[in-house]
Amino acid sequence: MNKVINNVTDAVHGIEDNMTLMLGGFGLCGIPENSIAELVKTGVKGLTCISNNAGVDDFGLGLLLQNKQIKKMISSYVGENDEFERQMLSGELEVDLIPQGSLAERCRAGGAGIPAFFTPAGYGTEVAEDKEVRTFNGKPHILESALTADFAIVKAWKGDTEGNLVFKATARNFNPMMAMAGKITIAEVEELVPAGGLNPNEIHTPGIFVQRIFQGEKFEKRIEQRTTRTK
Amino acid sequence: MALDKKGIAQRIAQELRDGWYVNLGIGIPTLVANYIPEGIEVEFQSENGILGMGPFPFEGEEDADLINAGKQTITTMKGASFFDSATSFAMIRGQHVQLTVLGAMEVSENGDIANWKIPGKMVKGMGGAMDLVASADNIIVAMMHSNRAGVSKLLKKCTLPLTGVGCVKKVVTDLAVLEIKDGAFHLVERAPGVSIEEIQSKTEGSLIVNGEVPEMSL
Repeated sequence: MNKVINNVTDAVHGIEDNMTLMLGGFGLCGIPENSIAELVKTGVKGLTCISNNAGVDDFGLGLLLQNKQIKKMISSYVGENDEFERQMLSGELEVDLIPQGSLAERCRAGGAGIPAFFTPAGYGTEVAEDKEVRTFNGKPHILESALTADFAIVKAWKGDTEGNLVFKATARNFNPMMAMAGKITIAEVEELVPAGGLNPNEIHTPGIFVQRIFQGEKFEKRIEQRTTRTK
Repeated sequence: MALDKKGIAQRIAQELRDGWYVNLGIGIPTLVANYIPEGIEVEFQSENGILGMGPFPFEGEEDADLINAGKQTITTMKGASFFDSATSFAMIRGQHVQLTVLGAMEVSENGDIANWKIPGKMVKGMGGAMDLVASADNIIVAMMHSNRAGVSKLLKKCTLPLTGVGCVKKVVTDLAVLEIKDGAFHLVERAPGVSIEEIQSKTEGSLIVNGEVPEMSL
């Protein structure tokens, strides 16, 4: 089944005000930067964005924040972004902070047809407020519900016309779970190959989870913390 | 003399055991990787999706797709693997990782830890810390004994929003190694030249001292 979309404009078609989006990436690593830039252009607003981080002030989801297009963020870590912190502390932006592992599992559950699950993470903290607690093997756990989204936008290294995806290194992060949890999943890839161009043994996300795929025009792939050693 | 951050990391490295998978948090914990004792093999996990994390890359060899949980560019060791975030936290929650080392703003005498939020001032988020402390059997907190204002970080009760309850069993600070059990800090070792009295005066929570407390050997 051919999932190829000609360009980023067509790829994000149908994303409307007040929708819920999932966006893959950890920090600036493995984020769908072409799609984010396009959403800035469309000016769509009132978005609820589920993403581990919120980018930095001038890149990634930070661009949508600067533009006041985001109503609510569901994330685990939002440091390194002054505009985010400002909007959150002033109350302009709704923020739901949840443990990183719970965020990943909630997305996975959403895509896997599991409505909720128990986890020990967050027990006895603010995260557990208003959540059911149950003890298993003598240890208290809290009930966390699945997450889904109107659109999931992921970024992969390689993809084929069937929507099969291969990720590179730690740019994989949240992308595979979010691909599963979107009603419509958009994949932007660095290299789009014909069906048969990827080894079926090495596919990370099977094409069934992807509805639209396109090759991104350019990837800046900005580095957040450039750390090196000397020879 | 009180230890510097490197000294704290060096002392924690003595806790590493051959064959362990270890998760190091941001800050002082990251430095532990520089002091792996000779003759043992450990593998570092970073919760953004890598096992077998190596040192920073040489200049010009940085890869934007290869970072650690602190978003720093890294390299891989031979035999490394990459995985998604759900698998990564399956390793953590499923107790496949033998040791977690992380920083803290406060630790209490019953093992509670706070390290993700200062209400009204700083909200960075918990990242993977809540998953890590809720699941790991073996957690070491690496931190300074007092904050910049000179206030003890080892308390009867945490004042900041908690990251986890009753989970910390060992703390290594610039002054001491302490074990947490039966609702108190037990002084195990002193930093070289640091007196029991100094540690006592800088520990707000209950401190148990049993006889002669040895100095750390670094």
